[in-house]
Amino acid sequence: MSLEPGVHLMQGDEAVVEGAIIAGCRFFAGYPITPATEIAERMSYRLPQVGGIFIQMEDELGSILAVIGASWGGRKSMTATSGPGFSLMQEGLGYAIITETPLVLVNVQRGGPSTGLVTLPSQGDVMQARWGSHGDYASIVLAPSSVQEVFDLTIKAFNLSETYRNPVIILADEVIAHVREPVKVPPLEEIEVVERKKPDVPPEQYIPYLPKKPGEWVTPMPAFGDGYNVLVESVMHDEFGHRIGTDHAAANRTIRRLWYKIEKNVDKISMYEEYMLDDAEVAVISYGSSARTSLRAVREARKLGIKAGMLKLITLWPFYDKKVQEVASQVKAIVVPEMNMGKMVREVERASKGMAEVMSLTKVGGLLHHPDEVLAAIKRVAR
Amino acid sequence: MFSERDFEHYLAKKYMRTEIMPHAFCPGCGLGIIERMILMAFEELGEEEWKRTAFVSGIGCSGWVPLYFRRDAAHTLHGRALAFATALKLSKPDLNVIVVMGDGDSMGIGGNHLIHAARRNVDLTAIIATNMLYSLTGGQMSPTTPQGARTNTTPYGNIEPNFDLMKLLEAAGATYLARWTTYHFVQAKNSIKKAIKHKGFAAIEIVFQCPTYAGRYILGKPDPRDMMDWFKEVSVPLGKAKTMSPEELQGKIVVGEFLHRTDRPEYTEQVYKIIEKAQKKGGR
Ligand SMILES: Cc1ncc(C[n+]2csc(CCOP(=O)(O)OP(=O)(O)O)c2C)c(N)n1
Repeated sequence: MSLEPGVHLMQGDEAVVEGAIIAGCRFFAGYPITPATEIAERMSYRLPQVGGIFIQMEDELGSILAVIGASWGGRKSMTATSGPGFSLMQEGLGYAIITETPLVLVNVQRGGPSTGLVTLPSQGDVMQARWGSHGDYASIVLAPSSVQEVFDLTIKAFNLSETYRNPVIILADEVIAHVREPVKVPPLEEIEVVERKKPDVPPEQYIPYLPKKPGEWVTPMPAFGDGYNVLVESVMHDEFGHRIGTDHAAANRTIRRLWYKIEKNVDKISMYEEYMLDDAEVAVISYGSSARTSLRAVREARKLGIKAGMLKLITLWPFYDKKVQEVASQVKAIVVPEMNMGKMVREVERASKGMAEVMSLTKVGGLLHHPDEVLAAIKRVAR
Repeated sequence: MFSERDFEHYLAKKYMRTEIMPHAFCPGCGLGIIERMILMAFEELGEEEWKRTAFVSGIGCSGWVPLYFRRDAAHTLHGRALAFATALKLSKPDLNVIVVMGDGDSMGIGGNHLIHAARRNVDLTAIIATNMLYSLTGGQMSPTTPQGARTNTTPYGNIEPNFDLMKLLEAAGATYLARWTTYHFVQAKNSIKKAIKHKGFAAIEIVFQCPTYAGRYILGKPDPRDMMDWFKEVSVPLGKAKTMSPEELQGKIVVGEFLHRTDRPEYTEQVYKIIEKAQKKGGR
């Protein structure tokens, strides 16, 4: 059974599991890796209780393929990993993208490169989450900054992946994964859960990748065994799912559809939170764990009389240009604290089109920013 | 070049996605024979079995084999077919899941999944199409390339010993094993039938002719008929092989049914038993 409504004290990693079960996840494949191991451990205990399947695979190459296989077996499926495992999953992610397979992948970021900083947090994978697999495609990437958000976003991630038939990546980090916080679980009937859309036409009339109307990008998805003779093809294919060799026009259509189905729905996919932005002259744009310390700094700045505010990005990708532009057009300067060498700041710079000064506040080595560091940056640009 | 009539063969009409034919296979390629083995196995097993069958394949010429069948099929990634297939079987335990892989696909890049699928004894039928090299990429060394053979990545002769798939999988825990060549049509078809009916991890290695690369580079036999003759010549039945010395077996292909055991529990069944157990105990 899923978690009782009410307030529960739990770790971020546990919140992933409980959120996933409520969202209808009934398959997990994974390989142990710090700091994501607790997700696999808890899944191995919890999933069988709700009739779900847990398998510890031989590696992450296999984990992601197993999740794709189970998804085509009709189950909502997920995996969880960290740095090195996320790198191994990139080819498989591409397979999910081209075959439009719903799945959820939690990457609990740790410091890299390579085996790196095993037990320390990082936000170094934000670009990998967007561009990590080869070729052209669009990604949906969500960044929780509290255990409550981990829980809520896990459910949202499943809903988005079913709606858009695309993998959804949750970029957590070691802090969020391991911290214990109260999580409010609403009554089940109040939680929105999106179920997979199956074809409503008989198999003879089913065209796997041809949306019904122009402006629609996503098609219904039958499971194996439903009688639709599906072809889950990793090779570039046309609307019929058939391999197309060198048919440039058909390839062009498929690639653009994979891109547009996400990017043209950015308004619907983007989630964010605004704090004290109404009259702000300085904005902090942050996400994930960094947003926690940033908010504290913004509040301190207000106490000092600095008109500071914050935009917390919850959806990192697709990047919400419109919202960032809006903020940039209103403030003098933007500070972007991130636990990396300055990655999302490039997007902020691009989207703000020179309307505001943009300052990158980098942090690597496995430490969160201290609120004082963010405050000092706010003070500097506020001058 | 091809007309509709070419696909009027009863097997094609009954089982294949004729709309995407002709095949991408080279003239004389043995993969067509393997397709026919599979389809003839289903002719004999009957429609019920066919209807509950799904195919999974990797990347390689061999990976194309099941894509022409009018069934649910996944053309996965190079080496990863068994991981997809394991999860599919777990999710839909009533399906017959048949996995078609090349020698490089299964024993090279996918070796880890191969041994672990065998160790778990997942109820899958793996058809491993061995052609002694990598064909799709144009004739490079594979884990089954004979020692000394020249390929496009062993221009001075191959120094690497082969995998013996039967020994590898027996040690790993597979429960049905057979090896044939495309010359042994009836035997291979019968093994495929048995493997589909077998509960557990079954693998059938089928050595097939790639006249384009193996024929030209390794054997000096660009004519597929010469390759078939060669298969006949060098094949040794398992029983006879047991009486031969390692020297005598050099360069031979040992064929037959290598293993059929029923004493190991099957993985999917155990997973569902765990679910039953967990549900009986209830949540916390
Ligand atoms: C990760 C990855 N590496 C390399 C390739 C290129 N590649 C495609 S097929 C193949 C080898 C095919 O050989 P085999 O599996 O023996 O099948 P065959 O073509 O001989 O039937 C290779 C190396 C790939 N598709 N993916």
